[in-house]
Amino acid sequence: MSASTTELGQSQPPPSAPPQENYLTAGYGWRSWLLTTDHKRIALLYLISITAMFALGGIAATIVRLELVTPPSDLVQPATYNKLFTMHGVIMVWFFLVPSIPTVMGNFVLPMMLGARDLAFPKLNLASWYLFIAGGAVTLWALVSGGVDTGWTFYTPYSTESSTTNVVPVAVGIFISGFSSILTGLNFVVTTHRMRAPGLTWFRLPLFVWSLYATSIILLLATPVLAMTLLLVAVERLTGYGIFDPMLGGDPLLFQHLFWFYSHPAVYIMILPGMGVVSEIITCFSRKNIYGYAFIAFASMMIALIGFLVWGHHMFVAGQSVYAALVFSLLSYLVAIPSAIKVFNWTATLYRGSISLDSPMLYTLGFIALFTIGGLTGLFLAALGMDVHVHDTYFVIAHFHFIMVGGMVMAYMAALHYWWPKMSGRLYPDGWARLVAIQAADPDSSCSTSRATSPRADASRRRRAKWCKAT
Amino acid sequence: MNADFTLFPDQASTTAERVDGLLALLLLVTVSFATVIAMLVFYFAVRYRRRSVTEWTPRIMGSLKLELAWTLFPAGIALVIFLWGAKVYFYIVKPPAGAEEVYMVGKQWMWKVQHRGGQREINELHIPVGKPVKLTLTSEDVIHSFFVPAFRTKVDVLPNRYVHTWFEATKPGIYPLFCSQYCGTGHADMTGWVVVMEPADFQRWLGEASEGSLALEGRKLLLKYQCVSCHSADAHARGPVLERLYGTPVTLTDGRTVMADESYLRQSILDPDAQVVAGFQSIMPTYEGQIDEEELIALIEFLKTMQTGATPERVDTARPPTARRETATNSNGDAPASLSPPGENKPQSEDDPE
Repeated sequence: MSASTTELGQSQPPPSAPPQENYLTAGYGWRSWLLTTDHKRIALLYLISITAMFALGGIAATIVRLELVTPPSDLVQPATYNKLFTMHGVIMVWFFLVPSIPTVMGNFVLPMMLGARDLAFPKLNLASWYLFIAGGAVTLWALVSGGVDTGWTFYTPYSTESSTTNVVPVAVGIFISGFSSILTGLNFVVTTHRMRAPGLTWFRLPLFVWSLYATSIILLLATPVLAMTLLLVAVERLTGYGIFDPMLGGDPLLFQHLFWFYSHPAVYIMILPGMGVVSEIITCFSRKNIYGYAFIAFASMMIALIGFLVWGHHMFVAGQSVYAALVFSLLSYLVAIPSAIKVFNWTATLYRGSISLDSPMLYTLGFIALFTIGGLTGLFLAALGMDVHVHDTYFVIAHFHFIMVGGMVMAYMAALHYWWPKMSGRLYPDGWARLVAIQAADPDSSCSTSRATSPRADASRRRRAKWCKAT
Repeated sequence: MNADFTLFPDQASTTAERVDGLLALLLLVTVSFATVIAMLVFYFAVRYRRRSVTEWTPRIMGSLKLELAWTLFPAGIALVIFLWGAKVYFYIVKPPAGAEEVYMVGKQWMWKVQHRGGQREINELHIPVGKPVKLTLTSEDVIHSFFVPAFRTKVDVLPNRYVHTWFEATKPGIYPLFCSQYCGTGHADMTGWVVVMEPADFQRWLGEASEGSLALEGRKLLLKYQCVSCHSADAHARGPVLERLYGTPVTLTDGRTVMADESYLRQSILDPDAQVVAGFQSIMPTYEGQIDEEELIALIEFLKTMQTGATPERVDTARPPTARRETATNSNGDAPASLSPPGENKPQSEDDPE
């Protein structure tokens, strides 16, 4: 993938394209890219940036996996290992998964789907990208110049009192990029409300727009809580004022409440756009209208809404009240229902269709399979008595990665293939693309975290890496 | 070391049996759902594959009946799982009365165990088979998590707070114990073993490892910290009487009533102003930073056993600790001296056994 992206960044117009002007031929100088307010060009800026971030996060994960081939620490020392998995988490969550589909595909197609010329605030859109780059630069600098070893969750009091690594600089980087998320969310919400073409009523909107709208609401409402939380961590570290550290009179569980109040909705930021992509692609390649349109649209909104009320399921063994745990468990089952509704409707859409297994469709069917596994493993975690045993184990890591890699990355790849001709004016080599799509759906390769020491997983990752390079 | 890989950990506690029952239900439900979805998608993809580019497809908008069915049916199943999960959870979090009590302190990166008989262990926990054991845990630094896979038990161990968990082992053996909350560089090595013994063997072990009971040690600490200067058995003393205090309700100056449990006693030692007993002045100095977690546990263990007449007589003539501010400045001034307890009370060496 990265090879194709760089190629796009350098060689401008498709040679075979007709001489008419398009967004790629509108200007060639660096200023025409870095000062552009064109939503399509900004989408490409994001595409290049997050692809680079995806590669860095992937390198960190690869070293972590290689270290885990043998039990003793041989490739890296424990301190380095801890920094590597933190780097993997921080980069993948905030600099790949959260921005991925909204900033690339959302920026590119949302105005077109609404019949608008651009987003509501084109300059703000460019500002979002610069904030993302600034936040990314600060974070990368902090990760390279010493790193941070708290894990992406920054649990206190370890992060405020015990860790001697670059906690504050990384928090500042995430803080800055958070404003990129907030502004993107704001832009999308306003655009969807105000810039729909005449006659394009809410229930005629493409389902991808619905999912972006739901995502944007979460971006807008949840991200400020993360900003606030990280600010408080920085304040406690820098001034010693007791907020989370019990030795200073603070409460470590307060941090967990605040953090998960952002981070649980954030996992829906990371999966809802993927669900929107699936709703688009599955209809296209089965030549059917979507089954149960209104139910899928409402399911997106329900997920966004209830997603705010389930954060306590990250704290079943953390020492919160038993009765709070009961409520959070029940609400977690409630939020599972809309996801199930979506899966059933996607499956029903295939019924009596005319199904063509092109690469975007293969990724999409892979999404349904892997996301279903990810979603069903969530039932184990939401069950209080079961969670006590599997909490903080590889089971949770696997559940999360089935959703994030098996779900979101598959959907991102599907979307990239689906809209690639629209974005670049060319078609990728379809045979290779299908081959990559099929092997990516192998749980061993796309979710190898669940197989702690499986040599097959490593072999298949190498295989995938080779194929990715080949395309 | 268990070099052999097993899909499931040993099932070695009464909790484990219940959790595994729930696991069976969850596996049944999720595997069925996943299979149905996978088979449908696969079948449709083959049955309705595109045969010609001009193929026609019907326009099917949806069906309210079907939507309701696949909303309500999973919701019903989810409710059953929720209730079953909640039932098992209540079993896990509520220790039965009369359980054997053991105290544990987590720190970067080891587990320190104190038995009521005064036996101390590091990274090992000896318990008898067939008897409920209640653990009271706290941390000296960051958050740790006590996890014994064979018992299906886990609880986050927080600093400045007591948490509880319990289990009843069902078969003798040696089971791994982990810290499951990432706690720093040595987190992966913060492991240990739970040794489940036959009751007779356990009694023998207790006898061999005993160094005088925990409560006795607590009594010494009560004298060492001069608690009895104010907390004498005299009803007119400056502090409340401590005899038979544990487990009884206490009325505070602000009118609230709290239960005098371990957490209350702990807080009253470290932060006496937080919950002052009605009828008393807020004059007790804080012992924060002067008394460590293991001493606190010993002290509280003594308080728990104190019956009428158990308050020791004052044996020294030194001035009792005075008002808060004065003490605070003193302890800032000579912090290193006040932090290190005298030799006979020094806990077992904290050096890594290796």
